[in-house]
Amino acid sequence: MATKLPKTDVVIVGVGWGGGIIASELTKNGLSVVGLERGKERKTEDYYMVHDELRYALRYEMFQDLSKETITFRGNEKIRALPMRSYGSFLLGDGLGGSGVHWNGQTFRFLPYDFEIKSKTIERYGKSKIPDGMTIQDWGITYDKLEPYFNKFEKLTGISGDVNPLGGKRSEKYPTPPMKDTPGMKMFSDSCKGLNYHPYHMPSANLSEQYTNPDGIARAACQYCGYCERFGCEYGAKADPVVTVIPVAKNTGKFELRTHSNVRRVLHKGGKATGVLYIDTTTGEEYEQPADIVVMTSYVFNNARLLLLSGIGKPYDPKTGTGVIGKNYAYQVLKGAGVGFFEDKEFNIFAGAGSLGMCIDDFNGDNFDHKDLKFIHGANISYSQTGARPIQNNTVPPGTAKWGKDYKAASVKYANRHINVGAQGSCMPFRHHFLDLDPTYKDEFGDPLMRITFDFEDQDRELVKFMGGKCGDILKQMGADKVVANTELAPYEITTYQSTHNTGGVIMGDSPDTSAVNNYLQMWDTDNLFVIGASAFPHNSGYNPTGTVGALAYRAAEGILKYHQKPGSLV
Amino acid sequence: MANETEEQDLKERKEPDPSRRNFLKNSGYAVGGLIVGGVVGSLLRSPNKSTTNNTNNNGTTENKTPANETVNFNQALMYFTQEQFLITEAATERLFPADDNGPGAKELGVAYFIDHQLAGEWGVNGREYMQGPFYKGETTQGYQGRLKRREIFDIGLQEMQNYSNKKFQKKFKDLTPEQQDEVLKDFETDEVKLTTISASGFFKTLFGSTMEGAYADPLYGGNGNMGGWKLKNFPGNQMSYTKIIEQDKFEKMAPVSLREHLPHS
Repeated sequence: MATKLPKTDVVIVGVGWGGGIIASELTKNGLSVVGLERGKERKTEDYYMVHDELRYALRYEMFQDLSKETITFRGNEKIRALPMRSYGSFLLGDGLGGSGVHWNGQTFRFLPYDFEIKSKTIERYGKSKIPDGMTIQDWGITYDKLEPYFNKFEKLTGISGDVNPLGGKRSEKYPTPPMKDTPGMKMFSDSCKGLNYHPYHMPSANLSEQYTNPDGIARAACQYCGYCERFGCEYGAKADPVVTVIPVAKNTGKFELRTHSNVRRVLHKGGKATGVLYIDTTTGEEYEQPADIVVMTSYVFNNARLLLLSGIGKPYDPKTGTGVIGKNYAYQVLKGAGVGFFEDKEFNIFAGAGSLGMCIDDFNGDNFDHKDLKFIHGANISYSQTGARPIQNNTVPPGTAKWGKDYKAASVKYANRHINVGAQGSCMPFRHHFLDLDPTYKDEFGDPLMRITFDFEDQDRELVKFMGGKCGDILKQMGADKVVANTELAPYEITTYQSTHNTGGVIMGDSPDTSAVNNYLQMWDTDNLFVIGASAFPHNSGYNPTGTVGALAYRAAEGILKYHQKPGSLV
Repeated sequence: MANETEEQDLKERKEPDPSRRNFLKNSGYAVGGLIVGGVVGSLLRSPNKSTTNNTNNNGTTENKTPANETVNFNQALMYFTQEQFLITEAATERLFPADDNGPGAKELGVAYFIDHQLAGEWGVNGREYMQGPFYKGETTQGYQGRLKRREIFDIGLQEMQNYSNKKFQKKFKDLTPEQQDEVLKDFETDEVKLTTISASGFFKTLFGSTMEGAYADPLYGGNGNMGGWKLKNFPGNQMSYTKIIEQDKFEKMAPVSLREHLPHS
């Protein structure tokens, strides 16, 4: 029997960016909040030994322990899904701050086109532009309506950048100026200008200068040490929940954080959530935490999985296309990329920062004409200098031996003599791409794992072909002696790292028939339950998702406060 | 008696020399060089220059490390047998050989690195999902075997030895470099047919861990003397690059390891 604890106003499942923002906004407004985090406490002092590529990047120090819980994967419904036994394609966060601790900090706003993708695509190209099975839909909110929340998140994190010339309208500039320019960035910028594109600095959560945010939290400037993605920041220069929103929540005295607390069920009765059931993983004891409002902020997979395990919302059925939980799982299409080799130029690419780079949006969203193209949407194309760490930095020209003397010589020679330009391709949802519970494999408590059914489509292959060519053109213009552009996309596989930008499963929209949550991320059929994260994205854009996740979290926080005043549907 | 034994233990602990290496060496001489010529002997491949034999006042022989030289106590085995170690050392040196650019896997201590990694969490797939049922999957689904890395190395290294014996009638470590490359190539391309593990899968793991051993912080036993980093002009653990981040000129810096981050008396 679970021990029943005293009731709280709000209980949060997972304390990363989503949970941290909710905790800080609600406690500042006087609500009592309990935050349940299955991992451990984290703090800046933990990263004293963080410049360790093996431990953090290759032994996955900061990520979820897969021996306890993983996901299963299959390319389509005819194949038996099998567990992701070791890390590859994406890396699941764990511990206080979640993935918000080990991200790169590239903080974009999705484009106005994204939020009205279906209407705008039909408006410009006609219905026939959307291929059979592609289940894009409008988000139930416009960019203009979301703009103030983007602004809030950028001020919270102190984003360093200059205005995207092809982005949505902004009410204010970025809070801090762009990061420093490296020679590679200048070359990319000049090359793009020469091609009549519109380069701008990648919006960065690694601070260009010391910054104090509206909550009074001061953080130091980035030192360009080259250890962001997969690492925690030893300076607190990279915005993460542990150095921004969580201390603000704690300071109110209204936030109780419980680490090592793994939520197994959302409890509900008569269409209302009543609390959560969780295990203290240090003792194995079960607890029930009753609450007036339940907020789920435990990443895409766990958000969808907990709803399915708890029997909340109608599970998605790919045969009929009805139901919503698990619908529109999407990812990121990254293989459209190029590498340029330079014989006589060496770059200090061991130095860098997670979001140090230049990019263009000339081929993102609907910023270019798709009339004669066999895909919709596009990609942000960038050169980023994130720190070339030696175990993983072995780029060699094609045709080089794969090991031995020649491989060694080439990998040493080109270690600092190459530049990568890549396209972060958007990923459209399809009827047969979804999340559900695996019938065979279980987690450490005996609960079914989340099952992913996903593969790349013609849309993605066409996009990669197009983007790979563009990346190659930019590199040629940059003066590389040898340019290798990748224009091929093989079937999706789970063994090679691609991106931790998994999206969908608990999507937002304007109707309970086609979406799980409304534009406050409030569940349509359980109105005191809010589900926050990229799980709400009906498709994934050609950008990193965190900026949009942050904006949606601020919007949800506002909704929760409204709901607390006056319960009921917010739309 | 008990006290005497304790005292003896204490003495041995205080004086790590004579090392295992010299004990073996001397024993080898004692039995007429028999051991020196065998597997143990080959472990003595680079006589430790820092060790000298001194005769003390009592007339007994002691092995001493001069105070101004350091011994790498990390270079001992946590998991491998000697035979496994020698195969690994020879194989990794072919994957990442010494050349004009600088040291190869052997000098960098890559085989020690792999041994130490296998002894820990990585060797037993400690943080990976190893629950059944086990089915053969599509290549897109990744490794689906039930064997852990230690077991894969046990089998893989034994199979390399068997294959060398069969093809060249010699142990792997005794093959010419060209023959060793042939064996490795046959594993890489699954020319070697194995039933328990995938030959190419083992090759990939061996290669991946060779690169890790060449370039990981030296605290793990590889990248000896930061030699791997020096190859690539990688500066290691630097706190800040704000001064050079904008500059055009390539900056060569002496590398710094994580050890420098802690106070050492």
